[in-house]
Amino acid sequence: MTLLDDAKSDTSSPSPSSNTPGKKKRQSPLAVFREMPILVKLSALWVLLIVVGSIYGKIDVLLDDVLPLQDPILQTNAFNPDTLEFGTGTPSENPSLTHWLGTDSIARDGFARIVHGSWVSLIVALVSATFGIVVGGFLGSLVGFVRGKTETIIMSLIDVILAFPALVLLLAMVSIFEVRNLYVISLVIGFLSIPAYTRVARANSLAISNREFVLAAQAIGTKPSKILFREIIPNVYQSLLSYALVAAAFVIVVEGTLSFLGLSVQLPTPTWGNMINEARSNINLTVWPVVWPSLALTFTVLSFNQIGDFFQKRNAVRGSAL
Amino acid sequence: MPTAGADATRLTRSEKTEPLLVVEDLKTYFQTPNGLVKAVDGVTLSVERGKTLGVVGESGSGKTVLSRSIMRLNTAGNVITHGSVTYNGEDLLAKSPRQMRDIWGVEMAMVFQDPMTSLNPVVKVGRQMTEHIRHHLGVSKKDARDTAVELLRSVRIPEPEARFDNYPHEMSGGMRQRVCIAIALACGPKMLFADEPTTALDVTVQHQILNLLGQQQVDRFMTMIMVTHDLGVVAGRTDEIAVMYAGKVVEKAPTKQLFADMRHPYTEALLRSIPKIDDPKHTKLSAISGRPPDLINPPSGCAFSPRCPYAQPQCFTDTPPLGAAPTPGHQYACWFPVGSPEGKDAWDKNLEAKRPQTMAAAGLVNATEELAAGAVVGG
Repeated sequence: MTLLDDAKSDTSSPSPSSNTPGKKKRQSPLAVFREMPILVKLSALWVLLIVVGSIYGKIDVLLDDVLPLQDPILQTNAFNPDTLEFGTGTPSENPSLTHWLGTDSIARDGFARIVHGSWVSLIVALVSATFGIVVGGFLGSLVGFVRGKTETIIMSLIDVILAFPALVLLLAMVSIFEVRNLYVISLVIGFLSIPAYTRVARANSLAISNREFVLAAQAIGTKPSKILFREIIPNVYQSLLSYALVAAAFVIVVEGTLSFLGLSVQLPTPTWGNMINEARSNINLTVWPVVWPSLALTFTVLSFNQIGDFFQKRNAVRGSAL
Repeated sequence: MPTAGADATRLTRSEKTEPLLVVEDLKTYFQTPNGLVKAVDGVTLSVERGKTLGVVGESGSGKTVLSRSIMRLNTAGNVITHGSVTYNGEDLLAKSPRQMRDIWGVEMAMVFQDPMTSLNPVVKVGRQMTEHIRHHLGVSKKDARDTAVELLRSVRIPEPEARFDNYPHEMSGGMRQRVCIAIALACGPKMLFADEPTTALDVTVQHQILNLLGQQQVDRFMTMIMVTHDLGVVAGRTDEIAVMYAGKVVEKAPTKQLFADMRHPYTEALLRSIPKIDDPKHTKLSAISGRPPDLINPPSGCAFSPRCPYAQPQCFTDTPPLGAAPTPGHQYACWFPVGSPEGKDAWDKNLEAKRPQTMAAAGLVNATEELAAGAVVGG
């Protein structure tokens, strides 16, 4: 084995049989998927399902209900002015073939609402991760590299934000805005996730700044700004990406909490959080409208955590092997 | 134009006579919570164009800090540097980091000890080279690529076009060190610092890398400072050797002179500690007894005195100056130099008094056992 490795890698004897070096490409997503343990595989499939479902739902909304999915706001038992008849749906229905996940207390289709609600969760997760990685990642990498006064000032600000009870700050910021649509909510949550990312990025940046390749880059006359962008940030981002998956799970719960308190996206737009909140009062009539969004939330958070852990471990192994 | 021509001739004349690098009384101290660490404590040396200087010493003797101080790479906030470093007539210590960036890479470059950590793990080696080439030479992407491939070929990396797109972790240690050398050489530096370039590599690769460095030095007419703890590495490859101990140069001589007629007991001890191939099997390694000195509170007098087999009372109180030996270019700092009548007397006296360091050096007792028992005389 060692002999074989030597023959492959030793400089003096390029054996023609060895694979052409340099042609090895990044592992394909499918290969990574095969590497996953079964639980992580299921998680990945679930997240994929949620992503596809939410996009499907969004397209449905944008194209005015052309896709075969019920309107999540339509009360199926309501009076229809076109046909001058009441709908055939009933409130608080149990799961059936027409309504896969039953209906809620005003006869809206549970399945449609779950699918549409996932869009909110995903967008919030995505925006906060983007904000965190881009802004927090940059700030953290910067202060970990330049140190000194810049670090003291920026990190003090970050610590002040972190020291504040997160939910209180969130409620305060949300209440500032008159319109509470998805974008406002995502931006606020995104802004509030910057500090955590900054800390993670700073810790990594501190470690990487002391690595020899940074000194080596300096020793060949690389500008500090270039060292930051070329040497430090690409290394920091690796670990930030796996952190983002874990953080996304947390952010989805935060949005759920906000909706549960009625402070997220305005009704009647369905989100998992406000679905639980609405159905809660009728829990003695039917339990399903509470169960489904709760399960969706739980599975999604669990899946994000599983995938995040998987990538964190995977990167850690690679890091030590470098 | 005529002035430029006149300048050029003057430059060539001075180039022939003046050394490229002159270091005078260089001191680098680190402020730590435990006190001032005197990592480099008054080093004076000079290197002529196209020559190789070997800096030898054990771990903690300040050789790495010395080379980084010359290149101004000690950037931490707690560093204090005194003395003067004159490169090509310019005072390097007076330069700002911005001015140093025009020196780094183009005038001076460094090859680091561990090729495993001195390449960016997430950037392809080709891009690590081309960015640097483009930054300093301002050439197009394609030209930079061609230059980089040519460099990879010149450091004897097989299939350089394919290797160009490799990540560092896809290469072996020896290959990575070749890449590091290629990067250091990319902008044609006039001076190369090799900081233990082979310590992290296995012996067969060591040989190849050292040959490569020597070849490149000749091809490019570079001046080189080779830092190592291994006298065997510098033996055949340097013009001059400076032996460092506790942040000071204790002996400096042309390579042949040093090996033929060493004066400092530390040099002798270093050489003795290299295992010989014709020793009988299971010969005990001849280690230098004791430990490198504490650089915060170095011992009074000669820093090597607690471990020196020749040490006399004078050695524990007075610091010997770096004085000239009879042969030109040879300097040493010792009161009782090896091979002199004084040294012989000191050795005999210590042997009689059963000084453990002397007994150990003479091969009469096991140094480590004796010293572990706490029988350090004057230590």
